[in-house]
Amino acid sequence: MEKALKKYFPVFVLPTAAAFIIGFIVPFVMALYLSFCSFTTVNDAKFVGIHNYIEVFKDKVFLHSVGFSAIFTVVTVILINVLAFTVAMCLTQKIKGTNLFRTVFFMPNLIGGIVLGYVWQLLFNGILAYFNRTLTYSSAYGFWGLVILLSWQQIGYMMILYIAGLQNISGDMLEAAQVDGATGAQRLFHIIIPSVRPTIVICTFMSLTNGFKLFDQNLALTAGEPSHGTEMVALNIYNTFYGSTAAYRGVGQAKAVIFAIALAIVGMIQMRLTAGKED
Amino acid sequence: MKNKKTYKSILTVVFSIISLIYVFPIVLVIINSFKKKTSINLRPFALPDEKSFVGFENYIKGIEKVEFFKYFGYSLFITIASVLVILLLCSMCGWYVTRVKNIFTNSLKSAAIFSMVVPFQLIMFTLAKTADTLHLNNPVGIVIVYLGFGAGMAIFMFSNFAKSMPIEIEEAANIDGCNPLQMYFKVILPIMKPTFVSVGILEIMWIWNDYLLPYLVLDIKKYKTIPIVIQYLKGGFGSVDMGAIMACIVLAIVPVIIIYIIGQKYIIEGVAAGAVKG
Repeated sequence: MEKALKKYFPVFVLPTAAAFIIGFIVPFVMALYLSFCSFTTVNDAKFVGIHNYIEVFKDKVFLHSVGFSAIFTVVTVILINVLAFTVAMCLTQKIKGTNLFRTVFFMPNLIGGIVLGYVWQLLFNGILAYFNRTLTYSSAYGFWGLVILLSWQQIGYMMILYIAGLQNISGDMLEAAQVDGATGAQRLFHIIIPSVRPTIVICTFMSLTNGFKLFDQNLALTAGEPSHGTEMVALNIYNTFYGSTAAYRGVGQAKAVIFAIALAIVGMIQMRLTAGKED
Repeated sequence: MKNKKTYKSILTVVFSIISLIYVFPIVLVIINSFKKKTSINLRPFALPDEKSFVGFENYIKGIEKVEFFKYFGYSLFITIASVLVILLLCSMCGWYVTRVKNIFTNSLKSAAIFSMVVPFQLIMFTLAKTADTLHLNNPVGIVIVYLGFGAGMAIFMFSNFAKSMPIEIEEAANIDGCNPLQMYFKVILPIMKPTFVSVGILEIMWIWNDYLLPYLVLDIKKYKTIPIVIQYLKGGFGSVDMGAIMACIVLAIVPVIIIYIIGQKYIIEGVAAGAVKG
């Protein structure tokens, strides 16, 4: 059968492969090359070696955005996963209204980051108006605003995954533990959490990359204000390309390469840590 | 036993309250979309009264100002066309690379998985340039861009599912004289249905809400999608008309919520199943 299938390569693979080359491979290779160039458009690129990479580490605003993103990601990963897991535990106890609650908590995921950013801007600024402040009064407001926004959006998604994981645990095992006199905490830490470990790996990985890659919400809610104080890495790279200082596109491209490598490394470390020894 | 019952009732009450808080931001926007723009900024939490209630004025102005329905149409077209193309072509490709193993299919699969972790910012500038050069900066061309950039996750999920499919069925169909195309449409596609639902939902959620890719790829003077319209209304567009923004946000959210309420069972199951396989 493989032989017959091989003849059909142009039908089955070629369209996707061609689009993949246009939509990913070519831009990716160009992006790597351009990170070593000085350019404003692709056509005027001049090779400058690692000059751009040196400039990146002199850019204080970028370094601040890295720190901001890192702290933001740590806070949201913990918050989202702890809350999503707790909610999932509660909603798998056959309480009344489970389906409705699940539907409500998942809903924000269907709405885009730009729209959600403006929805929450209205709410936050409405509250802060009582204190004669706005969201861009200080970076701390923007930070916690983004934390609340992203948690609100993603808890529902992770909750769905945790519920799926929890439903796979065999009831027999939990019952046996109960008969043997295991306390609630013992069951949680010795049976439930080890059983949903694969789900924990996926959810922490997803919330980690979502936190680092956050762009739309950042752009809509604070746009990096006040004075780049709430600018996260993705927005900083975007501004380096398309902001008022478009001459530094090579530096922006170098930032993006560093960002991608850092993301891959952090993701790998996270996988190792949460997957445990047995894998 | 009675204790457990009270405990469960308390949980229901607690979650009912949290649910109300959860939908509050959306309700707030809906309420404000019926208010005069000055009272949106000054008193967002006040209900509309005789003075501030403006009926559908914000909607009429908002729709006119940004040609909302035209761009809603573009958004709809781009999302549906891209998702259908991704589903068809990536399922074919995912199945093929699982069944035929050679250097090319193996490297395509690895590259597809690799593309999933690459942040969009790395290739945004060069992708926009490539799309421009190839004249893909329109609602039809962007479908190819979405196929290319979205192929990673789709190939990954379809090929993972294909791995778990029993090959005996395909061999039997082969003996019965099916050529690969007939086999794909009559045998493979029906078996892969759950993965179609999962991938379809994830891709719809991504493309419908995507902002940066269409903003950079499309010829923005002619074509916009809904997230671009909302961002355009709010950022750098003369004086900011909060009333029109609220109305457009509601118009952007409501269709999504209606579809969600109708298909919530499939959507939630699809997302859960998708992640378990991924």
